[in-house]
Amino acid sequence: MSSSTEVSAATTKYAEALNGGIADALAEDETVVLLGIDVGAGGGIFTVTRGLYDRFGPERVIDTPISEMGYVGAAVGAAMTGLRPIVEIMFMDFVGVCLDPILNQAAKLPYMTAGALQCPVVFRTQTGAGRSAGAQHSQSLEAMFAHIPGLKVVMPATVTDAHDLMVEAVRDPNPVVFVENRRLYGLRGPLGEDPQPLGRARVAREGEDVTVVTWGQMLRECLAAADESSASLEVIDLRSLVPLDMDTVLDSTRRTGRLLVVHEAVQNFGAGAEIAAHVGQELFDELRTPVRRLGTPAVPMPFNPDLERSLLPDATKIAEAAQALRDEG
Amino acid sequence: MAAATTESGSAPSAPASLGELYALMALIRAFETRVAALYRDGEIPGFVHTSLGQEAVAAGVGAALREDDYIATTHRGHGHCIAKGVDVDGMMGELFAKVTGLCRGKGGSMHVSDPRHGVLCANAIVGASMPLAVGAALASKLRHQGRIAVAYFGEGAVNQGAFHEALNLAAVWDLPVVFVCENNLYAEFSDSRTMTRVPRVAERVKAYGFEGRVVDGNDAEAVHAAARAAAEDCRSGRGPALIEADTYRWHGHYEGDAQPYKPTAESTAWKEQDPLVRAAQLLVERGDASEDELQTVQARSDARVSEAVEHARAADGPALEEAYEHVFVD
Repeated sequence: MSSSTEVSAATTKYAEALNGGIADALAEDETVVLLGIDVGAGGGIFTVTRGLYDRFGPERVIDTPISEMGYVGAAVGAAMTGLRPIVEIMFMDFVGVCLDPILNQAAKLPYMTAGALQCPVVFRTQTGAGRSAGAQHSQSLEAMFAHIPGLKVVMPATVTDAHDLMVEAVRDPNPVVFVENRRLYGLRGPLGEDPQPLGRARVAREGEDVTVVTWGQMLRECLAAADESSASLEVIDLRSLVPLDMDTVLDSTRRTGRLLVVHEAVQNFGAGAEIAAHVGQELFDELRTPVRRLGTPAVPMPFNPDLERSLLPDATKIAEAAQALRDEG
Repeated sequence: MAAATTESGSAPSAPASLGELYALMALIRAFETRVAALYRDGEIPGFVHTSLGQEAVAAGVGAALREDDYIATTHRGHGHCIAKGVDVDGMMGELFAKVTGLCRGKGGSMHVSDPRHGVLCANAIVGASMPLAVGAALASKLRHQGRIAVAYFGEGAVNQGAFHEALNLAAVWDLPVVFVCENNLYAEFSDSRTMTRVPRVAERVKAYGFEGRVVDGNDAEAVHAAARAAAEDCRSGRGPALIEADTYRWHGHYEGDAQPYKPTAESTAWKEQDPLVRAAQLLVERGDASEDELQTVQARSDARVSEAVEHARAADGPALEEAYEHVFVD
């Protein structure tokens, strides 16, 4: 799909691709609306929604009070009654004040009504530790949402996915938690011509020794690790946690016999554990080594840049972990 | 059903008569009385919260709405649904967890939904109905549909942030939402007058820039008049509106709650304000109905509910595979 943005494809930024995806969704379907804090006249605190207010008007691009429980709940109510809202939760940490409409309303109403009601709503949010945003602006909580039946969870790691998965998420008749990564907003890359549907993982780098599964900003680190490492890494960008494309993970791990799951989120009880459990169960006899996880240690994110850097996975740590796996067997 | 709702597209032009409101209340009373007994006897699983004593609010508001207007209700929502025109068989089937239920037995008493009659959902989260109704009103306004949304809630919900956020949003966006507070004095097991310095909910609304109407919630005509005025305000772009209906919950927070926290004198005094008895007295005084005619209305309601119970008893539960359906829709 071509974007409505006029930026040349090769130089498109992740933030611009998101903007183009939202614009395409708004242009494609008049029931799509965007709402959130500062998304309208202000263009969003990271400029992702810049220009949309002028192009689509205040009835389609709606500034809200700082009142997440109210406007996220209203977005769910609007989704139940004919609109397809994209509602922004400015930082993922802020779901703490508006979890009910996501957890108890959107995720459950289609089920509780045996499909009589639908909730086609996109909960847009962003995370991305590494810039001293502190413990209340740095959390990657995707596993928490993936644990709630009825929610899809999407985490675009590339420029083209930022656009294409946004368009797909808005078209989806189910509630979708769409997690952007602010460390990627300036990432440049091409827009694809052939958008992949939601729920299909992508082999970002082919390799032979170790399968590395990741998503979000850790994709960049994993690809850098693949460049550094003497081991041959096959890097898989999961693209979404729900649906979870285990087939792609299993196919790769069957070949390499080694799996490393890398995520920015806290390692304990993270999505890596779910993937490791699947692989352990399905491929027990084919694994050459135990499955390994690399996430952030279970501490709130410190403000101090050195402390923060010491906790986050990066290319060096990933390369070391992959090397260790290959050395094990 | 008498005067429940009109065809979509036009607001009810004339008020419902007291006789029509009485018929609605009688059906709700029959339904709730029977549900309480069925629950006590173990025929209905889960939790059940009845609205016995509060029927005038459901009837008065429901009869002021169009069929395509929305309601979002609470854990105590059976009456609101019935007054909105929802089929009694579908309601009872749902409470029995049968496949004939409105939600094929997967929702239950606290999650009854019937979009065909504008019933978005009952809700087991206190206060959750309000932001949802705001969203429905936003959708109606943006699509120029002329539909209004009613958020039912109790006074126990007004210390939730959702109440304040929903009121502010509805006000700042001029949305056609009627907030209907059933003030039955008890927030679950606790006297709500001890939970705030401002127990009069209509007072709190002023902080958000619109007015609340306080009505005698056991006077069906008064509720109906207030609801019609509020609905008219919303339809003509002067929304949102709030109605605070003073009423009383006869049974416990849920069926099985013995209510040791309520003074007997208070319960007795409120039961003397039975909304059905008050309506019946007025109808007879005015010569609009005889005692016999009113008894016939009650008997017809009881029979209708009995029929629904028999249908529900005879129905099947959902197939076990249905446990896995509708997590996602296609």
